[in-house]
Amino acid sequence: MAAIRVEGLRKTYGEVEAVAGIDFEVAEGECFALLGPNGAGKTTTVEILEGYRRRSAGRVEVLGFDPERGERAFRERIGIVLQSAGIDRELSVEEVVTLFGGYYPHPRDAAEVIDLVGLGDKRTARTKTLSGGQQRRLDLALGIVGDPDLLFLDEPTTGFDPSARRRSWELVDSLRDLGKTILLTTHYMDEAQNLADRVAIIAAGRIVAEGSPESLGGRDVAEAEISFRLPAGAGLADLPAELGDGLRRDEDRVLLRSVAPTRDLHTLTGWAVARGVELEALAVTRPSLEDVYLRLTGAARG
Amino acid sequence: MAERPATGPLLLRQVRYQNKLFLRNPFSAFFALAFPLMFLLLFGSLNGNERLDVRGGIRFAQFLTPGLLAFAVISTCYTGMAVGVAMSRDLGILKRIRGTPLPTGLYVAGRILSSMWFSLVSAVLMVAVGVGLFDVRIIWRMLPAAVVTLLLGAACFCALGLAVAALIPNGEAAPVVANFTFLPIAFISDLFFPTDNAPAWVAAVAGVFPVKHFALALEDTFNPFVPGSGFGWGHLAVVAAWGAAATVVAVRRFRWEPRAGGARPRRRATTT
Repeated sequence: MAAIRVEGLRKTYGEVEAVAGIDFEVAEGECFALLGPNGAGKTTTVEILEGYRRRSAGRVEVLGFDPERGERAFRERIGIVLQSAGIDRELSVEEVVTLFGGYYPHPRDAAEVIDLVGLGDKRTARTKTLSGGQQRRLDLALGIVGDPDLLFLDEPTTGFDPSARRRSWELVDSLRDLGKTILLTTHYMDEAQNLADRVAIIAAGRIVAEGSPESLGGRDVAEAEISFRLPAGAGLADLPAELGDGLRRDEDRVLLRSVAPTRDLHTLTGWAVARGVELEALAVTRPSLEDVYLRLTGAARG
Repeated sequence: MAERPATGPLLLRQVRYQNKLFLRNPFSAFFALAFPLMFLLLFGSLNGNERLDVRGGIRFAQFLTPGLLAFAVISTCYTGMAVGVAMSRDLGILKRIRGTPLPTGLYVAGRILSSMWFSLVSAVLMVAVGVGLFDVRIIWRMLPAAVVTLLLGAACFCALGLAVAALIPNGEAAPVVANFTFLPIAFISDLFFPTDNAPAWVAAVAGVFPVKHFALALEDTFNPFVPGSGFGWGHLAVVAAWGAAATVVAVRRFRWEPRAGGARPRRRATTT
């Protein structure tokens, strides 16, 4: 069963079409990322799914509920980490987490949640004394304290240092291992790549590509590029003829566009071994997710 | 599905949580509790023994104590609620609460009951100081009327505070709007001195608003010359009418999120 089902979703603010007709499904237990630049419609989409905004058109179903109705039974099963939301400054970390846990039918243990997000040593600190990154981790704690089946994460690691990001990723991974469904928005490519089972790239209110991070935008079938440095004393003409005419020289490197990198590599390395030379700086690359992303979001904007 | 938290304990927790916030914020505690007490000490010491002919010759302290108590209640409930809610909304605290299963009515009820609780605390403090330092007499036969008047007034001014919070654009405007709507009226509404000898138009203006009616109803319960149980039904009806109108405005216009630059259309809050 799908945890989230979105069909033909539109949201207009006056003349502006923030979400211009999008469709997607998120399966139970899946981590799905909406990836896109600022203003692409990510947050609007997520806030419609969370029940904060009314849609202008389309069908939306989240855990079998229409989020617009804002039923208590719906809110008991979701966890929300908003992009920005305040916390009472004069309460301690423990007080806030305990308070929010009390709103849910089967909350997680407050102390355990605080440890999970790495705020164990800040348990009794007033929230106003936390750094930006620590407050964000408290946001995460409040999102999971209700033990939700579905967790919304709206740009959860913006402003984190690299180690805090790693920790948050591990936490999100562990939630997924528990069978939770996660809907994530981010503009970090590596975050989508690390966390998501599937990614939808959204630009100007539309989904321009959707798939696993590996296959997105045809990345898995696109031509690979083999590059290496020519051994001393060898020229392009010395390379095996089977490599075809996809060969190019770029200063001291040779670049080879290949639709069959396994075969071409075999040919190439066989040739090198036979000659007793080492191919320096040998590498096989495919277009990165970032290349795909920039191409797709750039095209949609232009 | 596991047991849903029961309404009673949930509400009690909300009240405790708001109480904690109130006590940890030095400004709210100061304006609601210390400020009126300071006035009482000051004015009570200056001329607490003066006789008020317009009130049957009672001592000034006997008038001033309930008058300043009314002031304290309005500060706590009206000003405190308007500023507190608008600030919480600006900070995104309301939006976060909105995303949890806590019924929105319970959140608002928690804030209202907390303000009413501190109105009672204020009453105990003020009357204790009045009795202890300025020989104020508690008129026991009218004590039930005093308590009912206090709580009804507190609830109505909470509703007015919520209505103001719903109508103003942001938290910065809240103290300005709340003080400019309350303080000028306060001076013509028998909170600090009787206005029986004021020009007719002043009395007419003050009579429109709930402040004077609340003050008079509360002061009567401390006036030994007022006969019977001390319920000022006419005054209470005006206060209640304002409270009811404010409730309608607050319910219809309440917002859980800050207004985003006016680009977004006004949304009506859905209440569960």
